[in-house]
Amino acid sequence: MPFDISLLTVEIILAALGLAILVMGLIIPSNTKRGLGPITVIGLIAALASAIATWNVQGSLFEGMFLVDQYATFFKITCLSAAVLVTFGCMKYVDQMKAQGEYYSILVFSVLGMSVMASAGDFITLFIGLELMTIAFIILVALNKRSAKSAEAGIKYVILASISSAALLYGLSLVYGMSGTIMIYDVARMVVGGSVSPLFVFGLVLLVAGLGFKISTVPFHMWSPDVYEGAPTPVTAFLAVGSKAASFAILLRLFMGGFIGVAETWVLLVAILAAMSMVIGNLLAIPQTNIKRMLAYSSIAQAGYILVGLVAATEAGVKGVMFYSFLYVFATMGAFVVVTAVYDKVKSDEIADYAGLAQRAPLLAVVLTISMLSMAGIPPLAGFAGKLYLFKAIIADYFWLALLGLIMSMISVYYYLRVCLVMYRDEPIDNTPIKTSGNVTVVLVVAMIATIILGIYPGPLSEVTNTAASTFFLH
Amino acid sequence: MSFPLLTACLLAPLLAALIIIFLPKDESKLHKIVAVIGTFVSLAISLYVFFAYDKSIGGIQFVERINWIKDLGVTYYMGVDGLSLPMLLLTNLIGFTAVFASWNIPNRTKEFFILLLVLIAGVMGTFITQDLFIFLLFYEVVVIPIYIMVIIWGSSKRVTKEYAGMKLTIYLLIGSAFLLAAVIATFVKATQITGTPDMSFQALAQVNFPEQFQIWMFLLMLIGFGSLLSMFPFHSWSPDGYAGAPTAVSMIHAGVLKKIGGYGLIRFAVYVMPAGAAYWSPLIAVLGVAGCAYAAMGALAQKDLKYIVGYSSVSHMGYVLLGVAALSVVGVNGAVANMFAHGVMAALFFSMIGFIYERTHTRNVSDLGGLARQMPKLAVGFMMAAMASLGLPGLVSFIPEFTIFVGSFERFGLLAVVAIAGIIITALYVLRAGANTLFGTPREKYNHLKDLKGVEMVPLVVLGAVLVIGGLMPSLLFDMVDSGVAPIMSHINEYLPTAVQIGGKY
Repeated sequence: MPFDISLLTVEIILAALGLAILVMGLIIPSNTKRGLGPITVIGLIAALASAIATWNVQGSLFEGMFLVDQYATFFKITCLSAAVLVTFGCMKYVDQMKAQGEYYSILVFSVLGMSVMASAGDFITLFIGLELMTIAFIILVALNKRSAKSAEAGIKYVILASISSAALLYGLSLVYGMSGTIMIYDVARMVVGGSVSPLFVFGLVLLVAGLGFKISTVPFHMWSPDVYEGAPTPVTAFLAVGSKAASFAILLRLFMGGFIGVAETWVLLVAILAAMSMVIGNLLAIPQTNIKRMLAYSSIAQAGYILVGLVAATEAGVKGVMFYSFLYVFATMGAFVVVTAVYDKVKSDEIADYAGLAQRAPLLAVVLTISMLSMAGIPPLAGFAGKLYLFKAIIADYFWLALLGLIMSMISVYYYLRVCLVMYRDEPIDNTPIKTSGNVTVVLVVAMIATIILGIYPGPLSEVTNTAASTFFLH
Repeated sequence: MSFPLLTACLLAPLLAALIIIFLPKDESKLHKIVAVIGTFVSLAISLYVFFAYDKSIGGIQFVERINWIKDLGVTYYMGVDGLSLPMLLLTNLIGFTAVFASWNIPNRTKEFFILLLVLIAGVMGTFITQDLFIFLLFYEVVVIPIYIMVIIWGSSKRVTKEYAGMKLTIYLLIGSAFLLAAVIATFVKATQITGTPDMSFQALAQVNFPEQFQIWMFLLMLIGFGSLLSMFPFHSWSPDGYAGAPTAVSMIHAGVLKKIGGYGLIRFAVYVMPAGAAYWSPLIAVLGVAGCAYAAMGALAQKDLKYIVGYSSVSHMGYVLLGVAALSVVGVNGAVANMFAHGVMAALFFSMIGFIYERTHTRNVSDLGGLARQMPKLAVGFMMAAMASLGLPGLVSFIPEFTIFVGSFERFGLLAVVAIAGIIITALYVLRAGANTLFGTPREKYNHLKDLKGVEMVPLVVLGAVLVIGGLMPSLLFDMVDSGVAPIMSHINEYLPTAVQIGGKY
């Protein structure tokens, strides 16, 4: 097979962009560093455009270590969209942190890591991508140098991320030892008989644990509320969306690409983890008073819903995961950009300080409401269509899980509506309107419209994810 | 393709809401006028459609159908039949009058009318679509505006408005979780059986689901629709919710939103799962009668006017359930007609109570009295609603209730007798409330109160006229309902025990 470097276009753009910003951050004077934000946005949009333009390109590099299929491209588009939105919507926050050079270049490297993860065809590439992303996030989480909380979150993240990486590596090495190959789709051919040794299963359990940490599913979720609360808000937003989407990409690649033949050994485990995440994530979100912590717990619950797609272990499940990950980008970005904008004015993330937001900034209140209701899966918003596709995939075999998921998502409305209550009912403490800058407004409107349209008219995205999911099984 | 009347009807309030978004905050007069125009357009269209519908042909008319989501078999399928038309008309009658009933909203009119218009459009959407997916989109679109309206403009009397709003919302949403599970399972099963996904009610009704499957799915749907219909024992949100809600929300909620439960039960659950309906119909009847009797007695004990009407609406929904449980054309006709009648009556009731509360700042029956002297017009509206509530012949609700009893007596005998006894209790609490509020010695402190005037008369005139016209010309309503119900019930007899069929023909 000839070496076709064009398959790496997205990764090359991202690597060049990251390095360029790093260098620029070092050489340009600090009062002009604000310009790095728009440069990053343009570069990311270029990467996004090239990913969309190469939608139909399929192939593999390095003897199958790097796979380019529509499945991978879809997740790259998802992560890149999130990166564009978060960069465009939170420039002011970054400027106030005064670390533009580091922030933007490391952010781009984390996107590069995600993109490598989406394309990983073997354990080594997978691990390199994962670590690239994780190390970038460790720095980003601790980037707010003046905040003790940020540093604490960084330490927590570095310790727990290392433990999870260790578990993941151990699991990978066990699977490699038992199957004799590091190529994911070769493992699938090895285990096609169905019976595997207990050690192999042990390896799978470690993989679930290692990746369960990244997607913050119960019981590996402990880190996420603290880290979400302590990290700079744009980082939290990107952590919640990008790292989750990419981790789901490799989770699916491993378990449904590699271990589908022994599905009965892990499906029940994943189903229980999904159920626990839905229940515990939603219940623990109820007493929270800090909006970032609340969104952290809600994102644990979201991970539970998305895991349902893996429980299905079918093409419909893969499609459900892709669909949900994509719409989750807009809902989460909408919510976190609002949080950033409010923080900019109010200097607080406490829900109580959102009092009267509907009068101070109607757009912010509406976008936050719509984003949260989409997470809760209330029709006609995107979350409803997403849940419909996810639960449709499992309802015949796991009716209990679907019913539990639906009930828990209705319970989640309780804590989302409490925020609405504060925003709409209460009179503002401070009557000055909260002005949002032009680019924030653009991000908010895009997120809101996407959330509504994907809910009312999910047809096109659904067809795209259908084709992408079908390429998943072609290898 | 002809002019998409139903879509226009649906979009008129939304368009009005969109206009209000761009109006300045303090132009409250303008907000109201735009809201009136939006709802009036919908009302006019639905009146036209109601009378232009060709009953001799029957079936779904005014069809608009566009492919929507291919892999789910969803089509944007708008169309009305004899079952949905009365509901559509009811929605717009109440929507139009609700705008006038909220004429005196003190603050934040802009947000209020935006939410109200979205609410009206959402309710309307459930009745005019023939596609399950689109139905679900509208089914819950209404829950959130209601919550926000309750917490901002609601009133805290016995329970706080926050509590009332949250209770209402969570009850309806948890109920809908069961419904959603059933819908997804039904859709997946139907696709397995037929091979092609199709979400229209008609297509789903053609599928032969296994009997056991139907039984379980029907139960889930019954929980879902039942909690919206305030079926006993899932009714307790209803009195609290209505008491906490602002007048317009109470009107729409009691008037039409609840009816989505009954409508869905007939249109989807009974139509698509006839075997399940036949299996559970005794349970529905028992719950219906229990609701009737229990809520009627609950109403007896209430002091707050809104609670009285709230409990009475639970009790009336019991009759609706009883009619549905009869699973005969007569019974279901009665149920649908009763939903219409109760909707008009409840909306009139709540709007009158709203006006009383605006003026006197109390809804306690014991604090009121002799208001008929000071506010004769208001008293007329109040008494009309009260008379309709107890089923006075000549008003719209008499014949539907009578029909329900005829339909259900054939099947359930004694149970129907118990329900009829409920009417007596209804008469007791309604008349007592009317007498203590309107008659007796007038109180001096209310002497300065002004009677209804100007636009405040609109709810009274419109809804009162419908009460009378519906009572004098019941065939207007019944022929329509019958043409819609008959095809839905055509297969049900195969699933009913034969003993019923012998006496079951009228």
